[in-house]
Amino acid sequence: MEYWQKELETISRENLEKFQLEKLQQTIRQAANSPFYKQRFKESGITPSDIRSLEDLKNIPFTTKEDLRNSYPYGMAAIPLRKCVRIHSSSGTTGNPTVVLHSAKDLDQWANQVARCMYMVGLRDTDIFQNTSGYGMFTGGLGFQYGAERLGALTVPAAAGNTKRQIKFIKDFGTTCLHIIPSYATRLAEVMYEMGIDPRKDTKLHTVCIGAEPHSEEQRRRIEELLGVKAYNCFGMSEMNGPGVAFECPEQNGLHIWEDYTIVEIIDPVTLQPVPDGQVGELVLTTINREAMPLLRYRTRDLTCILPGDCPCGRTHKRLARFKGRSDDMIILKGVNLFPIQIEKILMNFKELGSNYLITLETVGNSDEMFIDVELSELFTDDYSVLQRLTKEITRQLKDELLLTPRLKLVAKGSLPTQDGKAVRVKDLRKTI
Amino acid sequence: MTIYQISIFLENKYGKLSEILSILTQENIRIIAATVADTSEYGILRIIVNEPQKAFQLLKDNNISANISDVVAIQTDPTTEDFARTLTLLTKAGISIEYMYCFSVKEKAILILKTNNWDATRDVIRRENIRCINEGELVNL
Repeated sequence: MEYWQKELETISRENLEKFQLEKLQQTIRQAANSPFYKQRFKESGITPSDIRSLEDLKNIPFTTKEDLRNSYPYGMAAIPLRKCVRIHSSSGTTGNPTVVLHSAKDLDQWANQVARCMYMVGLRDTDIFQNTSGYGMFTGGLGFQYGAERLGALTVPAAAGNTKRQIKFIKDFGTTCLHIIPSYATRLAEVMYEMGIDPRKDTKLHTVCIGAEPHSEEQRRRIEELLGVKAYNCFGMSEMNGPGVAFECPEQNGLHIWEDYTIVEIIDPVTLQPVPDGQVGELVLTTINREAMPLLRYRTRDLTCILPGDCPCGRTHKRLARFKGRSDDMIILKGVNLFPIQIEKILMNFKELGSNYLITLETVGNSDEMFIDVELSELFTDDYSVLQRLTKEITRQLKDELLLTPRLKLVAKGSLPTQDGKAVRVKDLRKTI
Repeated sequence: MTIYQISIFLENKYGKLSEILSILTQENIRIIAATVADTSEYGILRIIVNEPQKAFQLLKDNNISANISDVVAIQTDPTTEDFARTLTLLTKAGISIEYMYCFSVKEKAILILKTNNWDATRDVIRRENIRCINEGELVNL
Protein backbone atom coordinates (compact mmCIF):
# COMPACT_ATOMS: atom_id res chain seq x y z
CA MET A 1 0.00 0.00 0.00
CA GLU A 2 1.32 3.41 -0.95
CA TYR A 3 0.52 6.55 0.98
CA TRP A 4 0.90 10.26 0.32
CA GLN A 5 1.86 10.88 3.96
CA LYS A 6 2.35 7.47 5.51
CA GLU A 7 3.05 8.63 9.05
CA LEU A 8 0.02 10.87 9.30
CA GLU A 9 -2.34 8.54 7.46
CA THR A 10 -1.48 5.46 9.51
CA ILE A 11 -0.82 7.22 12.83
CA SER A 12 -1.91 5.27 15.93
CA ARG A 13 -5.18 6.44 17.50
CA GLU A 14 -3.31 7.36 20.65
CA ASN A 15 -0.85 9.58 18.85
CA LEU A 16 -3.59 11.01 16.69
CA GLU A 17 -5.52 12.11 19.75
CA LYS A 18 -2.46 13.76 21.25
CA PHE A 19 -1.89 15.54 17.95
CA GLN A 20 -5.55 16.59 17.81
CA LEU A 21 -5.56 18.02 21.32
CA GLU A 22 -2.52 20.14 20.60
CA LYS A 23 -4.06 21.43 17.35
CA LEU A 24 -7.43 21.99 18.99
CA GLN A 25 -5.96 24.14 21.75
CA GLN A 26 -4.07 26.13 19.17
CA THR A 27 -7.26 26.52 17.09
CA ILE A 28 -9.31 27.73 20.04
CA ARG A 29 -6.71 30.36 20.94
CA GLN A 30 -6.77 31.40 17.29
CA ALA A 31 -10.59 31.45 17.09
CA ALA A 32 -10.74 33.78 20.09
CA ASN A 33 -9.28 36.49 17.84
CA SER A 34 -12.40 36.57 15.67
CA PRO A 35 -15.25 38.93 16.60
CA PHE A 36 -17.73 36.05 16.47
CA TYR A 37 -15.92 33.60 18.77
CA LYS A 38 -14.70 36.35 21.09
CA GLN A 39 -18.36 37.13 21.74
CA ARG A 40 -19.39 33.46 21.83
CA PHE A 41 -16.70 32.54 24.40
CA LYS A 42 -17.65 35.53 26.53
CA GLU A 43 -21.35 34.55 26.50
CA SER A 44 -20.65 30.97 27.46
CA GLY A 45 -17.90 31.78 29.95
CA ILE A 46 -15.23 29.80 28.15
CA THR A 47 -11.57 30.68 28.04
CA PRO A 48 -9.17 28.83 25.74
CA SER A 49 -7.30 27.41 28.74
CA ASP A 50 -10.46 25.51 29.79
CA ILE A 51 -9.92 23.01 27.00
CA ARG A 52 -7.60 20.45 28.58
CA SER A 53 -8.78 17.29 26.81
CA LEU A 54 -10.65 16.35 23.65
CA GLU A 55 -13.65 15.67 25.91
CA ASP A 56 -13.75 19.35 26.84
CA LEU A 57 -14.65 20.21 23.25
CA LYS A 58 -18.23 19.29 24.19
CA ASN A 59 -18.44 22.38 26.39
CA ILE A 60 -18.13 24.64 23.39
CA PRO A 61 -21.47 25.59 21.78
CA PHE A 62 -22.24 24.51 18.22
CA THR A 63 -21.64 26.84 15.30
CA THR A 64 -24.43 26.86 12.69
CA LYS A 65 -24.86 28.03 9.14
CA GLU A 66 -27.03 30.80 10.56
CA ASP A 67 -24.04 32.02 12.63
CA LEU A 68 -21.99 32.15 9.44
CA ARG A 69 -24.68 34.13 7.65
CA ASN A 70 -24.99 36.55 10.53
CA SER A 71 -21.23 37.09 10.52
CA TYR A 72 -21.20 37.93 6.83
CA PRO A 73 -18.76 38.89 5.48
CA TYR A 74 -15.81 39.15 7.87
CA GLY A 75 -17.19 38.51 11.36
CA MET A 76 -15.40 35.18 11.64
CA ALA A 77 -11.97 36.30 10.48
CA ALA A 78 -9.39 35.26 13.07
CA ILE A 79 -6.46 36.97 11.34
CA PRO A 80 -6.16 40.44 9.79
CA LEU A 81 -7.60 40.65 6.26
CA ARG A 82 -4.21 41.57 4.85
CA LYS A 83 -3.08 38.06 5.81
CA CYS A 84 -6.01 36.51 3.93
CA VAL A 85 -5.55 35.65 0.29
CA ARG A 86 -8.83 34.16 -0.88
CA ILE A 87 -12.57 34.09 -0.24
CA HIS A 88 -14.85 31.22 -1.18
CA SER A 89 -18.57 31.10 -0.61
CA SER A 90 -21.49 28.73 -0.75
CA SER A 91 -24.09 29.12 -3.45
CA GLY A 92 -26.68 30.13 -0.79
CA THR A 93 -30.04 30.84 -2.39
CA THR A 94 -31.58 32.57 0.63
CA GLY A 95 -30.09 35.62 2.34
CA ASN A 96 -26.37 36.11 2.65
CA PRO A 97 -24.05 33.43 1.36
CA THR A 98 -21.68 31.80 3.81
CA VAL A 99 -18.17 33.07 3.31
CA VAL A 100 -14.92 31.29 4.11
CA LEU A 101 -11.60 33.12 4.28
CA HIS A 102 -8.23 31.51 3.61
CA SER A 103 -4.67 32.48 4.35
CA ALA A 104 -1.82 31.31 2.13
CA LYS A 105 -1.03 28.63 4.70
CA ASP A 106 -4.66 27.48 4.72
CA LEU A 107 -4.62 27.08 0.94
CA ASP A 108 -1.35 25.20 1.14
CA GLN A 109 -2.79 22.77 3.69
CA TRP A 110 -5.97 22.35 1.67
CA ALA A 111 -4.02 21.53 -1.49
CA ASN A 112 -2.15 18.88 0.48
CA GLN A 113 -5.43 17.45 1.77
CA VAL A 114 -6.88 17.08 -1.74
CA ALA A 115 -3.60 15.67 -3.10
CA ARG A 116 -3.66 13.07 -0.31
CA CYS A 117 -7.17 12.03 -1.37
CA MET A 118 -6.25 11.75 -5.02
CA TYR A 119 -3.10 9.79 -4.25
CA MET A 120 -5.17 7.46 -2.09
CA VAL A 121 -7.36 6.42 -5.06
CA GLY A 122 -4.30 5.66 -7.14
CA LEU A 123 -3.75 8.92 -9.00
CA ARG A 124 -0.14 9.94 -9.67
CA ASP A 125 1.83 12.62 -11.45
CA THR A 126 1.45 10.58 -14.64
CA ASP A 127 -2.30 11.16 -14.64
CA ILE A 128 -4.23 13.69 -16.68
CA PHE A 129 -6.95 15.18 -14.56
CA GLN A 130 -9.94 17.02 -15.99
CA ASN A 131 -12.05 19.05 -13.60
CA THR A 132 -15.67 19.57 -14.69
CA SER A 133 -16.58 21.67 -11.65
CA GLY A 134 -17.45 25.29 -11.94
CA TYR A 135 -14.48 27.46 -10.99
CA GLY A 136 -14.95 30.71 -9.14
CA MET A 137 -16.55 30.97 -5.74
CA PHE A 138 -17.54 27.29 -5.79
CA THR A 139 -14.80 25.29 -4.08
CA GLY A 140 -14.94 22.23 -6.34
CA GLY A 141 -13.07 24.09 -9.05
CA LEU A 142 -10.03 25.70 -7.43
CA GLY A 143 -9.97 23.16 -4.59
CA PHE A 144 -9.37 20.25 -6.93
CA GLN A 145 -7.18 22.36 -9.19
CA TYR A 146 -4.64 23.11 -6.46
CA GLY A 147 -4.82 19.56 -5.11
CA ALA A 148 -4.18 18.00 -8.50
CA GLU A 149 -1.31 20.37 -9.17
CA ARG A 150 0.18 19.49 -5.78
CA LEU A 151 -0.06 15.84 -6.77
CA GLY A 152 1.75 16.71 -9.98
CA ALA A 153 -0.94 15.57 -12.36
CA LEU A 154 -1.40 17.34 -15.67
CA THR A 155 -4.57 19.36 -15.08
CA VAL A 156 -7.30 20.24 -17.56
CA PRO A 157 -9.40 22.98 -15.89
CA ALA A 158 -12.29 22.44 -18.30
CA ALA A 159 -14.85 23.83 -15.79
CA ALA A 160 -18.58 23.16 -16.02
CA GLY A 161 -20.78 22.63 -19.04
CA ASN A 162 -20.33 22.20 -22.79
CA THR A 163 -20.49 18.43 -22.91
CA LYS A 164 -19.16 18.06 -26.47
CA ARG A 165 -16.10 20.13 -25.55
CA GLN A 166 -15.55 18.04 -22.39
CA ILE A 167 -15.60 14.90 -24.53
CA LYS A 168 -13.21 16.40 -27.07
CA PHE A 169 -10.74 17.21 -24.27
CA ILE A 170 -11.08 13.74 -22.77
CA LYS A 171 -10.21 12.21 -26.14
CA ASP A 172 -7.61 14.69 -27.38
CA PHE A 173 -5.70 15.19 -24.12
CA GLY A 174 -5.94 11.56 -23.05
CA THR A 175 -7.70 12.45 -19.78
CA THR A 176 -7.44 9.61 -17.27
CA CYS A 177 -9.42 11.06 -14.38
CA LEU A 178 -12.44 13.31 -13.95
CA HIS A 179 -13.89 15.23 -11.07
CA ILE A 180 -17.60 15.30 -11.81
CA ILE A 181 -20.99 15.42 -10.13
CA PRO A 182 -22.77 12.05 -10.38
CA SER A 183 -25.80 13.19 -12.40
CA TYR A 184 -23.49 14.82 -14.92
CA ALA A 185 -21.30 11.70 -15.12
CA THR A 186 -24.20 9.63 -16.42
CA ARG A 187 -25.20 12.41 -18.79
CA LEU A 188 -21.65 12.67 -20.12
CA ALA A 189 -21.57 8.92 -20.72
CA GLU A 190 -24.92 9.01 -22.51
CA VAL A 191 -23.72 11.73 -24.85
CA MET A 192 -20.53 9.78 -25.57
CA TYR A 193 -22.51 6.70 -26.56
CA GLU A 194 -24.83 8.83 -28.70
CA MET A 195 -21.76 10.20 -30.49
CA GLY A 196 -20.60 6.65 -31.16
CA ILE A 197 -17.80 6.89 -28.59
CA ASP A 198 -17.38 3.96 -26.22
CA PRO A 199 -15.64 5.52 -23.19
CA ARG A 200 -14.44 2.07 -22.11
CA LYS A 201 -12.48 1.59 -25.33
CA ASP A 202 -12.09 4.99 -26.92
CA THR A 203 -10.81 6.97 -23.91
CA LYS A 204 -8.08 6.55 -21.30
CA LEU A 205 -10.41 7.27 -18.37
CA HIS A 206 -9.80 5.00 -15.39
CA THR A 207 -10.94 6.99 -12.35
CA VAL A 208 -13.65 9.50 -11.52
CA CYS A 209 -14.10 11.42 -8.29
CA ILE A 210 -17.81 12.00 -7.72
CA GLY A 211 -19.32 14.26 -5.13
CA ALA A 212 -21.27 17.45 -4.36
CA GLU A 213 -24.56 15.63 -4.81
CA PRO A 214 -25.95 12.79 -2.72
CA HIS A 215 -26.03 9.58 -4.70
CA SER A 216 -26.66 5.91 -4.14
CA GLU A 217 -24.36 2.91 -4.46
CA GLU A 218 -26.44 1.89 -7.50
CA GLN A 219 -25.69 5.18 -9.21
CA ARG A 220 -21.97 4.75 -8.55
CA ARG A 221 -22.03 1.27 -10.09
CA ARG A 222 -23.88 2.62 -13.08
CA ILE A 223 -21.27 5.33 -13.60
CA GLU A 224 -18.47 2.77 -13.28
CA GLU A 225 -20.15 0.49 -15.80
CA LEU A 226 -20.97 3.23 -18.32
CA LEU A 227 -17.55 4.87 -18.26
CA GLY A 228 -15.44 1.80 -17.52
CA VAL A 229 -13.84 3.45 -14.49
CA LYS A 230 -13.54 3.24 -10.73
CA ALA A 231 -15.69 5.93 -9.13
CA TYR A 232 -14.80 7.28 -5.70
CA ASN A 233 -17.11 9.22 -3.48
CA CYS A 234 -15.68 12.50 -2.26
CA PHE A 235 -17.09 14.74 0.41
CA GLY A 236 -16.44 18.35 1.04
CA MET A 237 -18.22 21.55 1.90
CA SER A 238 -17.12 25.14 1.47
CA GLU A 239 -17.32 25.75 5.24
CA MET A 240 -14.66 23.06 5.72
CA ASN A 241 -12.51 24.37 2.82
CA GLY A 242 -14.22 22.31 0.14
CA PRO A 243 -13.34 18.98 -1.47
CA GLY A 244 -10.94 16.75 0.44
CA VAL A 245 -12.62 16.66 3.85
CA ALA A 246 -13.38 12.95 3.45
CA PHE A 247 -12.71 10.59 0.60
CA GLU A 248 -13.08 6.93 -0.22
CA CYS A 249 -10.01 4.72 -0.34
CA PRO A 250 -9.66 1.86 -2.84
CA GLU A 251 -11.84 -0.30 -0.56
CA GLN A 252 -14.84 1.84 -1.60
CA ASN A 253 -16.31 1.20 1.80
CA GLY A 254 -16.70 4.47 3.66
CA LEU A 255 -14.95 7.81 3.33
CA HIS A 256 -11.85 8.42 5.46
CA ILE A 257 -12.26 11.73 7.18
CA TRP A 258 -8.87 13.33 7.77
CA GLU A 259 -8.71 13.70 11.52
CA ASP A 260 -5.49 15.67 11.46
CA TYR A 261 -7.56 18.37 9.73
CA THR A 262 -10.90 18.05 11.48
CA ILE A 263 -12.33 16.60 14.66
CA VAL A 264 -15.43 14.62 13.87
CA GLU A 265 -18.51 14.15 16.04
CA ILE A 266 -21.84 12.53 15.17
CA ILE A 267 -24.81 13.83 17.13
CA ASP A 268 -28.51 13.15 17.36
CA PRO A 269 -29.95 16.21 15.55
CA VAL A 270 -32.83 16.42 18.02
CA THR A 271 -31.19 15.80 21.42
CA LEU A 272 -27.79 17.14 20.22
CA GLN A 273 -26.13 14.33 22.19
CA PRO A 274 -23.37 12.19 20.66
CA VAL A 275 -24.42 8.87 19.13
CA PRO A 276 -22.25 5.73 19.15
CA ASP A 277 -20.29 4.57 16.09
CA GLY A 278 -22.52 2.80 13.59
CA GLN A 279 -25.56 4.90 14.42
CA VAL A 280 -26.76 7.58 12.00
CA GLY A 281 -26.68 11.17 13.15
CA GLU A 282 -25.63 14.63 12.08
CA LEU A 283 -22.00 15.23 11.27
CA VAL A 284 -20.39 17.96 13.37
CA LEU A 285 -16.90 19.14 12.44
CA THR A 286 -14.21 21.25 14.06
CA THR A 287 -11.33 22.55 11.96
CA ILE A 288 -7.94 22.09 13.60
CA ASN A 289 -5.75 23.03 10.68
CA ARG A 290 -6.99 26.44 9.63
CA GLU A 291 -5.91 29.87 10.80
CA ALA A 292 -7.94 32.46 8.87
CA MET A 293 -11.32 31.16 9.89
CA PRO A 294 -11.50 28.33 12.40
CA LEU A 295 -14.92 26.75 12.90
CA LEU A 296 -15.74 24.99 16.15
CA ARG A 297 -18.35 22.23 16.28
CA TYR A 298 -19.92 23.22 13.00
CA ARG A 299 -23.28 21.52 12.36
CA THR A 300 -23.05 20.31 8.78
CA ARG A 301 -26.66 19.02 8.58
CA ASP A 302 -25.29 16.00 6.75
CA LEU A 303 -26.49 12.69 8.05
CA THR A 304 -24.07 9.82 8.20
CA CYS A 305 -22.49 7.45 10.68
CA ILE A 306 -19.01 6.33 11.59
CA LEU A 307 -18.23 2.85 10.33
CA PRO A 308 -16.94 0.79 13.23
CA GLY A 309 -13.78 -1.25 12.79
CA ASP A 310 -10.46 -0.87 11.01
CA CYS A 311 -10.06 -0.31 7.31
CA PRO A 312 -7.96 -2.92 5.44
CA CYS A 313 -6.15 -0.06 3.66
CA GLY A 314 -4.20 0.64 6.85
CA ARG A 315 -5.34 4.22 7.32
CA THR A 316 -6.41 4.87 10.89
CA HIS A 317 -8.62 7.87 10.19
CA LYS A 318 -12.29 7.14 10.80
CA ARG A 319 -14.60 6.25 7.97
CA LEU A 320 -17.93 7.92 7.31
CA ALA A 321 -20.67 5.85 5.73
CA ARG A 322 -22.24 6.96 2.47
CA PHE A 323 -24.29 10.05 3.28
CA LYS A 324 -27.90 9.29 4.10
CA GLY A 325 -29.11 12.72 3.06
CA ARG A 326 -29.33 15.81 5.18
CA SER A 327 -31.02 16.38 8.47
CA ASP A 328 -33.02 19.00 6.64
CA ASP A 329 -33.98 17.08 3.49
CA MET A 330 -35.65 14.26 5.26
CA ILE A 331 -39.16 14.04 3.90
CA ILE A 332 -41.97 13.38 6.32
CA LEU A 333 -45.07 12.39 4.39
CA LYS A 334 -48.18 10.88 5.93
CA GLY A 335 -46.10 10.18 9.03
CA VAL A 336 -43.49 8.27 7.05
CA ASN A 337 -39.86 9.41 7.22
CA LEU A 338 -37.96 8.93 4.02
CA PHE A 339 -35.01 10.20 2.07
CA PRO A 340 -34.82 11.01 -1.64
CA ILE A 341 -31.87 8.62 -1.88
CA GLN A 342 -34.21 5.68 -1.16
CA ILE A 343 -36.23 6.63 -4.22
CA GLU A 344 -33.15 7.14 -6.34
CA LYS A 345 -31.85 3.69 -5.43
CA ILE A 346 -34.91 2.10 -6.94
CA LEU A 347 -35.14 4.28 -10.02
CA MET A 348 -31.50 3.56 -10.87
CA ASN A 349 -32.25 -0.14 -11.11
CA PHE A 350 -34.40 0.44 -14.18
CA LYS A 351 -32.31 0.61 -17.31
CA GLU A 352 -35.25 2.19 -19.14
CA LEU A 353 -34.93 5.30 -17.00
CA GLY A 354 -32.49 8.18 -17.22
CA SER A 355 -30.77 9.60 -14.15
CA ASN A 356 -32.94 12.67 -13.60
CA TYR A 357 -35.99 12.62 -11.41
CA LEU A 358 -38.06 15.13 -9.48
CA ILE A 359 -39.97 14.47 -6.30
CA THR A 360 -42.85 16.88 -5.74
CA LEU A 361 -44.81 16.95 -2.52
CA GLU A 362 -48.19 18.54 -2.96
CA THR A 363 -51.44 18.91 -1.09
CA VAL A 364 -54.33 17.42 -3.04
CA GLY A 365 -57.65 17.96 -1.31
CA ASN A 366 -56.99 17.09 2.28
CA SER A 367 -54.07 14.84 1.76
CA ASP A 368 -50.39 15.30 1.02
CA GLU A 369 -49.21 13.32 -1.98
CA MET A 370 -45.88 12.46 -3.47
CA PHE A 371 -45.44 12.83 -7.21
CA ILE A 372 -42.34 11.48 -8.87
CA ASP A 373 -41.44 12.52 -12.39
CA VAL A 374 -38.67 10.48 -13.92
CA GLU A 375 -37.03 10.86 -17.29
CA LEU A 376 -36.98 8.03 -19.78
CA SER A 377 -33.59 7.32 -21.29
CA GLU A 378 -34.61 6.12 -24.75
CA LEU A 379 -37.99 5.02 -25.97
CA PHE A 380 -37.47 1.26 -26.01
CA THR A 381 -40.89 0.26 -27.28
CA ASP A 382 -43.59 1.40 -29.67
CA ASP A 383 -46.29 0.11 -27.37
CA TYR A 384 -47.71 2.25 -24.60
CA SER A 385 -49.03 -0.69 -22.61
CA VAL A 386 -45.38 -1.61 -22.06
CA LEU A 387 -44.82 1.86 -20.60
CA GLN A 388 -47.83 1.41 -18.36
CA ARG A 389 -46.52 -1.92 -17.12
CA LEU A 390 -43.16 -0.28 -16.42
CA THR A 391 -44.87 2.50 -14.47
CA LYS A 392 -46.75 -0.07 -12.42
CA GLU A 393 -43.64 -2.09 -11.64
CA ILE A 394 -41.62 0.96 -10.53
CA THR A 395 -44.55 2.13 -8.39
CA ARG A 396 -44.81 -1.29 -6.76
CA GLN A 397 -41.12 -1.32 -5.85
CA LEU A 398 -41.29 2.24 -4.52
CA LYS A 399 -44.28 1.32 -2.42
CA ASP A 400 -42.42 -1.63 -0.90
CA GLU A 401 -39.52 0.63 0.00
CA LEU A 402 -41.38 3.76 1.14
CA LEU A 403 -44.54 2.21 2.60
CA LEU A 404 -46.61 4.75 0.70
CA THR A 405 -47.66 4.93 -2.93
CA PRO A 406 -46.19 7.74 -4.97
CA ARG A 407 -47.79 8.86 -8.22
CA LEU A 408 -45.20 8.10 -10.81
CA LYS A 409 -45.02 9.76 -14.18
CA LEU A 410 -42.64 9.09 -17.03
CA VAL A 411 -41.44 12.25 -18.71
CA ALA A 412 -39.39 13.01 -21.77
CA LYS A 413 -35.61 13.04 -21.65
CA GLY A 414 -34.15 16.43 -20.75
CA SER A 415 -37.45 17.87 -19.54
CA LEU A 416 -36.71 18.12 -15.81
CA PRO A 417 -35.22 21.27 -14.30
CA THR A 418 -31.62 21.67 -13.22
CA GLN A 419 -30.09 24.50 -11.22
CA ASP A 420 -26.45 25.46 -11.73
CA GLY A 421 -26.00 22.07 -13.41
CA LYS A 422 -27.15 20.22 -10.31
CA ALA A 423 -30.35 18.28 -10.69
CA VAL A 424 -33.24 19.60 -8.60
CA ARG A 425 -34.52 16.60 -6.67
CA VAL A 426 -37.25 17.70 -4.31
CA LYS A 427 -39.95 20.34 -4.56
CA ASP A 428 -42.16 20.78 -1.54
CA LEU A 429 -45.40 22.57 -2.38
CA ARG A 430 -47.40 21.29 0.59
CA LYS A 431 -49.69 23.71 2.35
CA THR A 432 -49.20 22.11 5.75
CA ILE A 433 -45.58 22.16 6.71
CA MET B 1 -43.72 -6.42 -46.63
CA THR B 2 -42.76 -4.14 -43.78
CA ILE B 3 -42.00 -0.47 -43.51
CA TYR B 4 -40.39 1.67 -40.83
CA GLN B 5 -42.46 3.38 -38.22
CA ILE B 6 -41.09 5.92 -35.78
CA SER B 7 -42.61 6.05 -32.30
CA ILE B 8 -42.07 9.12 -30.19
CA PHE B 9 -42.63 9.54 -26.47
CA LEU B 10 -44.97 12.47 -26.11
CA GLU B 11 -45.67 14.31 -22.91
CA ASN B 12 -49.15 15.74 -22.53
CA LYS B 13 -47.98 19.30 -22.65
CA TYR B 14 -49.33 22.16 -24.67
CA GLY B 15 -47.46 22.58 -27.93
CA LYS B 16 -45.37 19.38 -27.67
CA LEU B 17 -46.86 17.70 -30.73
CA SER B 18 -46.40 20.67 -33.03
CA GLU B 19 -42.88 21.19 -31.68
CA ILE B 20 -41.89 17.67 -32.67
CA LEU B 21 -43.60 17.79 -36.04
CA SER B 22 -41.94 21.06 -36.95
CA ILE B 23 -38.49 19.62 -36.16
CA LEU B 24 -39.20 17.14 -38.93
CA THR B 25 -40.90 19.38 -41.43
CA GLN B 26 -38.16 22.00 -41.15
CA GLU B 27 -35.79 19.39 -42.52
CA ASN B 28 -38.23 18.60 -45.34
CA ILE B 29 -39.30 15.25 -43.95
CA ARG B 30 -42.65 14.35 -45.45
CA ILE B 31 -45.08 12.88 -42.92
CA ILE B 32 -47.20 10.31 -44.70
CA ALA B 33 -49.26 9.18 -41.74
CA ALA B 34 -49.47 10.03 -38.05
CA THR B 35 -51.43 8.73 -35.10
CA VAL B 36 -51.36 9.39 -31.37
CA ALA B 37 -52.15 6.80 -28.73
CA ASP B 38 -52.61 8.49 -25.42
CA THR B 39 -53.00 7.92 -21.73
CA SER B 40 -53.77 10.67 -19.26
CA GLU B 41 -50.13 11.58 -18.79
CA TYR B 42 -48.30 10.80 -21.97
CA GLY B 43 -48.84 9.49 -25.42
CA ILE B 44 -46.98 7.76 -28.16
CA LEU B 45 -46.90 9.49 -31.48
CA ARG B 46 -46.46 7.05 -34.35
CA ILE B 47 -45.48 8.35 -37.73
CA ILE B 48 -44.68 7.04 -41.18
CA VAL B 49 -42.34 9.31 -43.10
CA ASN B 50 -40.53 9.36 -46.42
CA GLU B 51 -37.02 9.27 -44.87
CA PRO B 52 -37.31 7.28 -41.63
CA GLN B 53 -33.59 6.95 -40.81
CA LYS B 54 -32.96 10.64 -41.29
CA ALA B 55 -36.04 11.51 -39.23
CA PHE B 56 -34.97 9.16 -36.43
CA GLN B 57 -31.50 10.68 -36.29
CA LEU B 58 -32.96 14.17 -36.30
CA LEU B 59 -35.14 13.35 -33.31
CA LYS B 60 -32.19 11.86 -31.42
CA ASP B 61 -30.12 14.95 -32.16
CA ASN B 62 -32.91 16.99 -30.62
CA ASN B 63 -32.81 14.84 -27.47
CA ILE B 64 -36.25 13.35 -28.09
CA SER B 65 -36.97 9.79 -26.93
CA ALA B 66 -37.90 7.87 -30.05
CA ASN B 67 -37.96 4.32 -31.33
CA ILE B 68 -37.80 2.92 -34.84
CA SER B 69 -39.53 -0.36 -35.65
CA ASP B 70 -40.90 -2.49 -38.46
CA VAL B 71 -44.61 -2.61 -39.08
CA VAL B 72 -46.67 -4.47 -41.66
CA ALA B 73 -48.16 -2.24 -44.34
CA ILE B 74 -51.05 -3.91 -46.16
CA GLN B 75 -52.57 -2.40 -49.24
CA THR B 76 -56.30 -2.94 -49.64
CA ASP B 77 -59.03 -1.51 -51.78
CA PRO B 78 -60.66 1.42 -50.05
CA THR B 79 -63.79 -0.62 -49.39
CA THR B 80 -65.05 -1.94 -46.09
CA GLU B 81 -65.37 -5.45 -47.53
CA ASP B 82 -61.74 -5.74 -48.50
CA PHE B 83 -60.65 -4.30 -45.20
CA ALA B 84 -62.83 -6.72 -43.24
CA ARG B 85 -61.73 -9.71 -45.34
CA THR B 86 -58.07 -9.05 -44.54
CA LEU B 87 -58.69 -8.79 -40.81
CA THR B 88 -60.83 -11.91 -40.80
CA LEU B 89 -58.01 -13.90 -42.38
CA LEU B 90 -55.69 -12.84 -39.57
CA THR B 91 -58.26 -13.50 -36.88
CA LYS B 92 -58.94 -17.00 -38.24
CA ALA B 93 -55.23 -17.73 -37.86
CA GLY B 94 -55.48 -16.80 -34.17
CA ILE B 95 -53.61 -13.53 -34.56
CA SER B 96 -54.45 -10.54 -32.37
CA ILE B 97 -54.05 -6.97 -33.47
CA GLU B 98 -52.10 -4.84 -30.98
CA TYR B 99 -52.74 -1.65 -32.84
CA MET B 100 -53.80 -0.59 -36.26
CA TYR B 101 -54.30 2.56 -38.24
CA CYS B 102 -54.90 3.30 -41.87
CA PHE B 103 -54.51 6.04 -44.36
CA SER B 104 -55.11 6.41 -48.03
CA VAL B 105 -52.93 7.57 -50.86
CA LYS B 106 -54.72 8.30 -54.12
CA GLU B 107 -57.06 5.37 -54.64
CA LYS B 108 -55.20 3.00 -52.33
CA ALA B 109 -55.82 2.30 -48.67
CA ILE B 110 -52.80 1.38 -46.56
CA LEU B 111 -53.32 -0.53 -43.36
CA ILE B 112 -50.55 -0.36 -40.74
CA LEU B 113 -50.65 -3.32 -38.40
CA LYS B 114 -48.83 -4.50 -35.33
CA THR B 115 -49.82 -8.02 -34.36
CA ASN B 116 -48.92 -10.22 -31.43
CA ASN B 117 -47.30 -12.82 -33.69
CA TRP B 118 -45.11 -11.70 -36.55
CA ASP B 119 -44.29 -15.17 -37.92
CA ALA B 120 -47.92 -16.22 -38.14
CA THR B 121 -48.82 -12.90 -39.73
CA ARG B 122 -46.19 -13.37 -42.40
CA ASP B 123 -47.48 -16.89 -43.13
CA VAL B 124 -51.04 -15.64 -43.60
CA ILE B 125 -49.89 -12.83 -45.87
CA ARG B 126 -47.96 -15.25 -48.08
CA ARG B 127 -50.62 -17.96 -48.15
CA GLU B 128 -53.47 -15.59 -48.89
CA ASN B 129 -51.48 -13.44 -51.27
CA ILE B 130 -52.24 -10.29 -49.33
CA ARG B 131 -50.72 -7.31 -51.02
CA CYS B 132 -48.11 -5.57 -48.86
CA ILE B 133 -45.94 -2.63 -49.65
CA ASN B 134 -42.33 -1.96 -48.82
CA GLU B 135 -40.38 1.21 -48.11
CA GLY B 136 -39.60 1.94 -51.78
CA GLU B 137 -43.17 1.53 -52.95
CA LEU B 138 -44.45 3.67 -50.11
CA VAL B 139 -42.42 6.68 -51.12
CA ASN B 140 -43.44 6.31 -54.75
CA LEU B 141 -47.14 5.91 -54.12
